Amino acid sequence: MALWDYANPTRFLRLVDIVLPWLIAACALAFAIGLYKSFFMAPEDYQQGDTVRIMFIHVPAAWLAMMCYSVMAISALGTLVWKHPLADVSAKAAAPLGAAFTFISLITGSLWGKPMWGTYWVWDARLTSVLVLFIMYLGLMALWRTMEDPIKAGKAAAVLTLVGAFNLPIIKFSVDWWNTLHQPASVIRLDGPTIHPDILIPLLVMALAFTLLFFTLHLAAMRNEIFRRRVRSMRMKAAASAHPAGATATAQPAE
Amino acid sequence: MSGWVGALFVRELRLAVRVGGSGVIGVLFFLAVVTVIPFGVGPDLNLLARIGPAILWIGALLATLLGLDRLFQADRDDGALDLMIMAGRPLELIVLVKCLAHWMATGLPLVFAAPVLAIFLNLDPVAIAAVTATLLAGTPALTLIGAIGASLTVTLRRGGLLMAVLVIPLAIPVLIFGVSAADAAIQDPVPFMTPFLILCALTLVSAVVGPFAAATALRFASD
Repeated sequence: MALWDYANPTRFLRLVDIVLPWLIAACALAFAIGLYKSFFMAPEDYQQGDTVRIMFIHVPAAWLAMMCYSVMAISALGTLVWKHPLADVSAKAAAPLGAAFTFISLITGSLWGKPMWGTYWVWDARLTSVLVLFIMYLGLMALWRTMEDPIKAGKAAAVLTLVGAFNLPIIKFSVDWWNTLHQPASVIRLDGPTIHPDILIPLLVMALAFTLLFFTLHLAAMRNEIFRRRVRSMRMKAAASAHPAGATATAQPAE
Repeated sequence: MSGWVGALFVRELRLAVRVGGSGVIGVLFFLAVVTVIPFGVGPDLNLLARIGPAILWIGALLATLLGLDRLFQADRDDGALDLMIMAGRPLELIVLVKCLAHWMATGLPLVFAAPVLAIFLNLDPVAIAAVTATLLAGTPALTLIGAIGASLTVTLRRGGLLMAVLVIPLAIPVLIFGVSAADAAIQDPVPFMTPFLILCALTLVSAVVGPFAAATALRFASD
């Protein structure tokens, strides 16, 4: 299985070194096209004026916020079921990115809401469930930080991630029940998109750019996490050799 | 088969009632929360009657969260938890029995206290009955979901605060349907049974998910 070839961190790092420059270039290119298209070529909305351009940041960020959780849920499965050594590295690297994208979508959403709805925040169903998602990201990050052993922290976080993945649709459904005011989904629908192509194309380019940005940052963060674990186990080895009578450092499977 | 389940249940219940009397303290906390709300929102009885079910539900949620660290912490400290994990019995069932005993000791007193506290909040008899029924159906879900948070933070010295942060997002659906069922009983247009049955379903689902997730987390925490 190809995924198992990269269970070896050194081999994975070699792959990252090859792929990362290309990803960065593609990401920069997509952002250049997407930003130009959305801020200079896309027409103003006849009702919303220039504020509609917030959408080109807001909507991709919101999509990415959800995709990030899917990546984490798949990584959690990788940790618990297949015991892939890099799965918890991947999940740990994805959590702050997901929190950041969620934060961006909340901020841009409230800036967009001020001129459109007349208020920065309404307790409508979608905003509320994104806020809950944000809290869950922060809770997961806190769980990782409070546990010293990265392997144990990874397993605990994997359990919580899967429970969260199971619960998110329930939360979404119950918040919908509770209150709804936000406009319904208008891009992904069975009868085709309801947005004009002049706005849809820049939006899709921006979505691609955001996705590339996510993978670039994710790979870089995974590389950093692997280095961080190596430093940690080297320090433990150094401490163990300095005090041979003390506790022996255990080898880290994911170093 | 059922012998050890009964023995474990009786042990947990005795410990929960005897050590520190966490059930009584939970009810006292519940009383304190309900008492402090009118100082925040004002003594207007009409307003209190309108938000009364929500106050009772939030009070019950907070009281449940406060009691949760007792679920596994004491057993881990004295080594009993390791014995349970090594006992060769299904850990999921052990967690379920522990949750049930914990709920009997801490959740059920809250349900009994709710009608009394509801009088402070100017609820009419129908609303009191509705809130009590929703709490009876919903607080087991809070305990079972909380067991996940309690098992994840069992190795941490001061895990209580983190546990609350982890559990609250997962408890939101229970809160929503509990409060909306109670509200539906007061205001006519929505039928009471729809949200109430969904609340019961949430409790049943968490009775499956909670023990499995908590048992997985406890196994990882022990080795």
